[in-house]
Amino acid sequence: MNEHYVLHVNGRDHEVTDAWLGESLLDVLRERLGLLAAKGACEQGECGSCSVLVDGDLVCSCLVLGAAAVGRAITTVEGLTERGTLTDVQRAYLEAGAVQCGFCTPGLIMATHDLLDRVPEPTEMEIREELAGNVCRCTGYGRIIDAVQQVAVARRTGAGPA
Amino acid sequence: MAVVVPMSLREAVDALAANPGALVLAGGTDAMVEINDGHRRVGHAGSPEVVVAVDRVAELRSWTLDPGGSRLTIGAGVTYTELMEEPLASFVPALAEASRTVGSPQIRNAGTLGGNLGTCSPAGDGLPVLSALDAEVHLAGATGTRTVSVHDFMVGVKQTVLAPGEIITAVTVPLLDGWQGYSKVGVRNAMVIATASACLAVDQPTRSVRIALGSVAPTIVRAPEAESFAAGHVDWGAGHVDPATAGEFGRLAAAAARPIDDHRSSAAYRRHAIDVMARRLLERAFRGADPT
Repeated sequence: MNEHYVLHVNGRDHEVTDAWLGESLLDVLRERLGLLAAKGACEQGECGSCSVLVDGDLVCSCLVLGAAAVGRAITTVEGLTERGTLTDVQRAYLEAGAVQCGFCTPGLIMATHDLLDRVPEPTEMEIREELAGNVCRCTGYGRIIDAVQQVAVARRTGAGPA
Repeated sequence: MAVVVPMSLREAVDALAANPGALVLAGGTDAMVEINDGHRRVGHAGSPEVVVAVDRVAELRSWTLDPGGSRLTIGAGVTYTELMEEPLASFVPALAEASRTVGSPQIRNAGTLGGNLGTCSPAGDGLPVLSALDAEVHLAGATGTRTVSVHDFMVGVKQTVLAPGEIITAVTVPLLDGWQGYSKVGVRNAMVIATASACLAVDQPTRSVRIALGSVAPTIVRAPEAESFAAGHVDWGAGHVDPATAGEFGRLAAAAARPIDDHRSSAAYRRHAIDVMARRLLERAFRGADPT
């Protein structure tokens, strides 16, 4: 059975016409709407690479039923900033060397924005606990933690995007 | 439209009355895994044609304290993240502690207490707390509402007394006066399903100690012999427990476990883990009076 509904993604409405009943928001974003930032790996909420905001809450889009997200405000990495520009978190990830293969990066960028919005100056332990749901197989996490701390310092000192 | 998104409990109950075979979807952290895997089918012949997504039902997302301040009713749609926030975290500290061990922030933002009950896995982190507190589970269906003890609600591995067309609306727990906490063993410190878990709750006025065990039986089990032993042997006046009492409490708790060998662990390890966790929980609860 094909579903027909409208999702509000990154500030505008997107018509979904060919999804199936049980299709996850992740698959709808990628396969129906062509928004490829959120990545699919585990499809069971373990890896965090599909993290998006739904009504401001960080969730795994693979565990959200697409058709049940009608009327909610969905934000993906594509909606964080103007196309061609970077947020302070994205810039810090690049400068800290926190991006290697890049597969986990969109999920981590979403999770880092969410963390720093709630906890502006997290300790290393807080960063590790808060980002526990975002798996990275390349970096060993050291440079990811560096990037998060750099953003926290820059925001506190008013340095703005580095 | 085969996905129904009710905004009120009335709408949810009506949708389920019209489609008793519908899949009730709360936070999705269990059900969507099965759908993504193809282990649970929807929209195919012989499977639910309708999904009722209850995550926006206002009544399920709230909590209320009774006028006397002694009992807390938590809506089934309250998330783990919300259970970790004040004032709920102070009302039921063990539930906040258990919630913090659930998955990641992403999972805790979506997963709900009602969903934990609906899935009814013996490893569900909220369930040992509800068992230790003798929670009541409130259900609603087309023919009315009913309330069952959490002990009766859980029938077996992922089996409950929920009837077709019925949903979990809330749980009611007493606010106890005493220490309570949750302990869990898994293969790492984050993002793990419990290999074994335990919730201990003390009620000072009634001088009772409750302990409920997770992942060591088809459902959550209590350890009544350990409970009565502790109640009779801890020093209630000084708030202290001696090592021999704590050790025996651990052994009695482990004796109440009925674990199995499976891909996650062995029965022997699970029993050992319960022994250690129960002892440590009792020692945390009865550290002794503050000398100052």
